[in-house]
Amino acid sequence: MAERPLSPHITVYRWAYTMTLSILHRVTGVALAVSLLGLVLWLVSASLGADAYAAILPLLTCVPCKLLLALAVAALIYHLCNGLRHLAWDMGWGFERADARRSAALVVIATLIAAAVCCYFIFRLGAGAA
Amino acid sequence: MSLRTPLARALHHGTARDGVGHWLIQRVTAAALAPLAVWLLVALLSLPDAGYPSVVAWIGAGWNPVLLALTVLIGAWHAWLGVQVVIEDYVHGFLAKTIALLVSVLVHVLLAASGVYAVLRIALRNAG
Repeated sequence: MAERPLSPHITVYRWAYTMTLSILHRVTGVALAVSLLGLVLWLVSASLGADAYAAILPLLTCVPCKLLLALAVAALIYHLCNGLRHLAWDMGWGFERADARRSAALVVIATLIAAAVCCYFIFRLGAGAA
Repeated sequence: MSLRTPLARALHHGTARDGVGHWLIQRVTAAALAPLAVWLLVALLSLPDAGYPSVVAWIGAGWNPVLLALTVLIGAWHAWLGVQVVIEDYVHGFLAKTIALLVSVLVHVLLAASGVYAVLRIALRNAG
């Protein structure tokens, strides 16, 4: 296809923090698609029996893995909160600039609190009996 | 009156009349996933431990297999639609874009099918 001129877009606007939330929605969405792969691997290994599950269990309990798990959970919470914001917009609510900024701040605060609570539970999670 | 050139029509450029459906399904699956995601998070984080007996017992208990299968299925559907848009935006070139889109479909269908199968297998083994 021929190279076509593009009208200037992202780079010509002054950066507003609501734009960061917008791109984060996409980033966390892709991260969650990858996390879904992790969830399915977990389910499949559990369905294969105790030996197969024991083989992947270190992936849930080692500290770096728990960090990844915490990131995935944080991504889920963010995408959930910001997704609700998007659904509200789709129904025509909260489009005013002040409202959008307020809801953006709300999303960030809610994500931080919920993610912190979840991280506590993730790092408490033990391997349990084999 | 159509403003499209005959060449564009012959090359199948232009609207596929699919945009509104994509948009709507993305929203409907999002609305379905919101409560499912909260349920999954609360349920997973309140597991006593990540060991095999507790995990298998939880997957098979009560309505958990139904909700889990729905989460995987609708999650894969929603992820497929989202990843599709990301590929369309950032992968350039007809061939690369087409291959990426097809691989994405395959991966998401495979994820949905194997996730649902795994849940059913555990649930039916617990029941039987």
